[in-house]
Amino acid sequence: MAAPQQQKLKVNGPVTVTANRLTDGAVVWRTADGGWSADLADAAIVTTSDAAIALLAAAQQRDIEAVGAYVAPVLLGEDGSVQPGNLRERIRVAGPTFELPH
Amino acid sequence: MYVYDEFDRAFLAERVAEFRDQVGRRLSGALSEDEFKPLRLMNGVYLQLHAYMLRIAIPYGTLNSHQLRRMAHVARRYDRGYGHFTTRQNIQFNWIKLEELPEAMAALAEVGVHGIQTSGNCIRNVTTDQWAGATPGEYDDPRIWAEILRQYSTLHPEFTYLPRKFKIAITAAPQDRAAIKVHDVGLRLHRNEAGELGFEVLVGGGLGRTPFVGKLVRPFLPARDLLSYIEAIMRVYNQYGRRDNIYKARIKILVHEIGAEEFSKAVEAEWEAIREGALKMTDEMIAEIRGRFLYPDFATLADNPPELAEALKDARFATWHANSVHTHKVPGHAIVTISLKPVGAPPGDATADQMDVVADLADRYAFGEIRVGHEQNLCLPNVAQKDLPALWAALDAAGLATPNVNHVSDIIACPGLDYCSLANARAIPVAQEIAKRFSDLDRSRGIGRLHINISGCINACGHHHVGHIGILGVEKNGQEFYQITLGGRADEKAQLGTLLGPAVSYEQVPGLIEDVVETYLELRAGPQELFIDTVARLGVEPFKERVYAAH
Repeated sequence: MAAPQQQKLKVNGPVTVTANRLTDGAVVWRTADGGWSADLADAAIVTTSDAAIALLAAAQQRDIEAVGAYVAPVLLGEDGSVQPGNLRERIRVAGPTFELPH
Repeated sequence: MYVYDEFDRAFLAERVAEFRDQVGRRLSGALSEDEFKPLRLMNGVYLQLHAYMLRIAIPYGTLNSHQLRRMAHVARRYDRGYGHFTTRQNIQFNWIKLEELPEAMAALAEVGVHGIQTSGNCIRNVTTDQWAGATPGEYDDPRIWAEILRQYSTLHPEFTYLPRKFKIAITAAPQDRAAIKVHDVGLRLHRNEAGELGFEVLVGGGLGRTPFVGKLVRPFLPARDLLSYIEAIMRVYNQYGRRDNIYKARIKILVHEIGAEEFSKAVEAEWEAIREGALKMTDEMIAEIRGRFLYPDFATLADNPPELAEALKDARFATWHANSVHTHKVPGHAIVTISLKPVGAPPGDATADQMDVVADLADRYAFGEIRVGHEQNLCLPNVAQKDLPALWAALDAAGLATPNVNHVSDIIACPGLDYCSLANARAIPVAQEIAKRFSDLDRSRGIGRLHINISGCINACGHHHVGHIGILGVEKNGQEFYQITLGGRADEKAQLGTLLGPAVSYEQVPGLIEDVVETYLELRAGPQELFIDTVARLGVEPFKERVYAAH
């Protein structure tokens, strides 16, 4: 479940809904057609609190595909590209910020 | 090593089968996440930032080579080829798929390894000195008593839903290598004037949001009364511990609020009612557990054999020997610490190949036994001194011979924001940058013993409060900032560090730490005065003045 406090969230810019895929925990984003994608570029982007709450509520209705859904900030490029909106989300997209042991 | 019996093996096999069924029902949708989450947590399965994390208990830090080799297999087959040793004598795998978890758990269960008691509001994995049974001056092997507590607490119906998690640590040596004073219950095994074995009992220590050093509630508890006394503590906690506020639910808050004296009185009253009951241990019961610990058949050897004397002419070996080899209770043998802190690598991480190497070396040189310490290093507790040169050469070839144990680059760090869903700031890259600043081993040796601990959030998994230098990551307006404390320590003189000053940015941390260390070098009374002693003598003000003037 997403944090309950997000039911009252205030949105001040573009956001999306993200979660972890049930089967393997991979990071996924809610798409406009009600599915989930492992590519941030496919994410549904909204800009108002009401829209974000609605997107989150829809994502939480069925937790068989993705779990732990919450609203996360994104940055939109002038060319329409989507980037994660803070460090935590950047790490979720790109992985740890150091070289993994190998 | 402790030898599991058929009961233990059957229990683990049943537990894996049960979890396999639970995972199957979750994947089919028969269980919701709300229903499944407490079940996975009871098996050490968390959902972290990027993936599922599997936390595996290493009871009292003792592993055999088969178990470590199996962990390497799990890392290689089910994860990304490495594992992370934690401050609680656990290992964590960071990238396990839920659908493959039952298979991974089955592989681990075959060698007696599992994630039970590594999560949830139960009595967690009981921890102790990684040198247990090998170090001179020990009153008894603390692992025997940890094993008794493990058997007592595993799936204990009364203590499965405590107000919060519960951590017990035991030490039996004059030097505390188990940080017992910052655990919910700390037990110091010793002998009284009559020569009887017993425990000094401390309660209410802990770090996290509200850090405390444990309070003494009983100077001497006869060893045979351990279970009944722990049960009395748990009952008092279970009855009076707060359940309305997660931040006030740990036993340390209860002890703090009612006072150690009142708490002790309540425990003693409860204990009086049960001390002569079913939990009173007989000599036979203790002997039964003690008898399941097999000890190496040590050869009769002399200290300082010629092979070692010859090898010590090699400066690199001598440096490693001085740093990583410690006195064993049996002549001609040694305790070897293996640093998992090579400069520039994530603290506490070991690759599958490195785990295999250590397992092989343990078989060849250390009676097949490996230990894990809360400092996130490994240890071979029983090595013949004549084998040290060959052991070192093999460790060196595997990147496991960095001679920095207890030095400034031997940093304890939690996974931080790079992995953990609770974290506010990164910890591992901070540790890496600091270690790089002190990569010169001569400089590091000149600084001497210095413990840096880093946590990526207030939950303090990196034990920052008790680092000689503690670093706590916090988030301000979407940016990472770090609070620095000085003077903490986790040993027999445990105390919490003192805040140095305002938090600094991620980029400022390595330079600030370097300034703290340089200030110490200028202010210390002489080369023999350790960093922690200089801070104790002068306080943090001289450090604050110099460090913040420079930043």
